[in-house]
Amino acid sequence: MSLPSRTFTVTRADLVAYAAASGDHNPIHQDEAVATAVGLPGVIAHGMYTMALAARAVADWFPEHEVVSLGCKFTAPVVVPAEGGVEVLVEGQEKPGDDGTTTVALTVTCDGAKVLGVPRAVLRPARD
Amino acid sequence: MPVDPSIVGRSFPRTRPYPVTAEGLRAFAAATGGEWSGGPAPATYPIVMAFEAMNAFLEAEQVELHRIVHGEQRFTYERPVVEGDVLTATLTVSGLRQIGGNDIISTTSEVTDADGALVCTTGATLVHRGAAAGSDA
Repeated sequence: MSLPSRTFTVTRADLVAYAAASGDHNPIHQDEAVATAVGLPGVIAHGMYTMALAARAVADWFPEHEVVSLGCKFTAPVVVPAEGGVEVLVEGQEKPGDDGTTTVALTVTCDGAKVLGVPRAVLRPARD
Repeated sequence: MPVDPSIVGRSFPRTRPYPVTAEGLRAFAAATGGEWSGGPAPATYPIVMAFEAMNAFLEAEQVELHRIVHGEQRFTYERPVVEGDVLTATLTVSGLRQIGGNDIISTTSEVTDADGALVCTTGATLVHRGAAAGSDA
């Protein structure tokens, strides 16, 4: 079953805030000169930033569930322009498992291109 | 400089105890445009401890952070992280491959609580871009 898709806008200011909150101060996420010097197309979002957006969508879709596992590959960079922002689209397909778990197969794209490889979450009903 | 293959299998010292606070959870959620108002931490939150463990590992191996690109990440939970947890991460290097001048480093970090109980296992694949690999992105 398809879940309602979510669109998130990512700006460079978000990456600065994320660096502070996560402790990941890798300059490729903030400094154009460093990013291009190591062969990247420009400042890129932390892969973990994009993954956090996917996790946010999953948490919003399933507020009564907890995460058993969450994983993805980082297959293409999300390039964040100096001005304005870039949109990340998170889509999901829900599939119930035999053991009471729910698997969510995600598709995460930026400008129509997939940026995460096989992003997937497995959930179970929250225990109190 | 390539990463020394003898690090495979090595565990690095556990990180200092990291208290999970409401303030920290709110800041982490807000940084990704969301809100935290109680309940489980965002599912990617243990990256904070795992990242500290990774930094210590990279420093010990004299690998520059800006040459690292994240290849893959996964989290497997025993239970959700909640406010009041005091967590530490222990990183083990589980694999190393060298492809086209890049090192592909696999790490596994076990995140444990104040009682030593496993909360989350998180695996990361890190791509260390060699000096000559800058132009092939």
